[in-house]
Amino acid sequence: MGMPIILEIIEPCVTGAIFDEVYDYFGYVDRKFSTYKEDSEINRINKGELSLADSSEDMQGIFRLAEETRLNTNGFFEIRRDHRFDPSGIVKGWAIYNAARRIEEAGFKNYYIYAGGDIQVSGKNEKGEDWRIGIQNPFDQAEIIKVLSLHDCGIATSGTYARGQHIYNPKKQGEHVNEIVSLTVVGPNVYEADRFATAAFAMGSAGIQFIEELQGFEGYMIDQHGMATYTSGFERYVVHA
Amino acid sequence: MSNKRSRQPSGFVQSIKKFFLSAFVVLTFVAYILHVRRPSPAAASTGNPSGPTQAMDTVDPNANPGPSQAQSGPYKNGTYTGPAVDVFYGLVQVQAVIQNGKIVNVQFLQYPNDRRTSVEINTQVMPWLTQEAIQAQSANIDIITGATLTSEGFANSLQAALQSAKN
Repeated sequence: MGMPIILEIIEPCVTGAIFDEVYDYFGYVDRKFSTYKEDSEINRINKGELSLADSSEDMQGIFRLAEETRLNTNGFFEIRRDHRFDPSGIVKGWAIYNAARRIEEAGFKNYYIYAGGDIQVSGKNEKGEDWRIGIQNPFDQAEIIKVLSLHDCGIATSGTYARGQHIYNPKKQGEHVNEIVSLTVVGPNVYEADRFATAAFAMGSAGIQFIEELQGFEGYMIDQHGMATYTSGFERYVVHA
Repeated sequence: MSNKRSRQPSGFVQSIKKFFLSAFVVLTFVAYILHVRRPSPAAASTGNPSGPTQAMDTVDPNANPGPSQAQSGPYKNGTYTGPAVDVFYGLVQVQAVIQNGKIVNVQFLQYPNDRRTSVEINTQVMPWLTQEAIQAQSANIDIITGATLTSEGFANSLQAALQSAKN
């Protein structure tokens, strides 16, 4: 699916079946929602071959969630553009969250699922401790600039740096978004963290304030000068060396 | 002046406005430090929106701060408290901590809480945000969060969001 997916389950009784199930599920999501696949369901909708009303339950569900998120974020989250729909900004977190539910249903409690930079963590790691999550340095991807200790929550990072700094929308009103290069959000689950990270990043440097005001969410924003701004409750997750 | 906007209808719009105002005050103060400590053409532009940006530009994210680099940055080490600045909703005062010539922390010392209106606004929107310069960490980790190449769709939604933000 063009993005790395990692699943780690700690329980000793784990078998290959759950891994197959989870990876198959991501494959299913990709076939349905990928805008890069010619015959994906989302592309059939975009080409006018399929109406939303006739689309699958999952597709209609994603459109409902996208609309709900648009309303929750004062319009900063939007999947419609130029008469086309691209729900990528919400599908990843949603898919990880659904995969996590499958793992829970299979009876596992200590695991994480990672897909394209976003993570759902549950229970403890193999040392019996909370999971240790590093935040990548947006200026040097080989480097970690923060270590967080997390359990039973989601974490997602939005940013433009992976595609080259400042490449996004260089001409027009995008300047203010160039001020920030990375925004990491910790939330109750990865779906929530992902959609609010996406929307808050679009707000530019005001995004961290949006996260501050969201109950149950914390954030860490990095600007183009390497200055970070973080929310009032973020510190409790931080592991100090 | 400070009592003019006693009622603000929209918490969100107000919060963005406040954030930018507060950010502006902080940035202006940073420029003020630069101006006081090392007068230069860049510092002379204090008060101009481009001035603070220039001041912040000198913080190099890729530099590796260490003892040998003490005083190498544009600022002198120490804790600096800015003047209380009157913004339209009251007084704001900030404190900046400089280590190794870089800004490592900026805090709000004072914010308006002397008027009922301001208190109401501030319980909603006053940012209890903290700032620091990012620094490499070396600890054992299980996994890393970061933006990935899959952000194409995100970039599209961002562009759409920017369009809607224009209105």
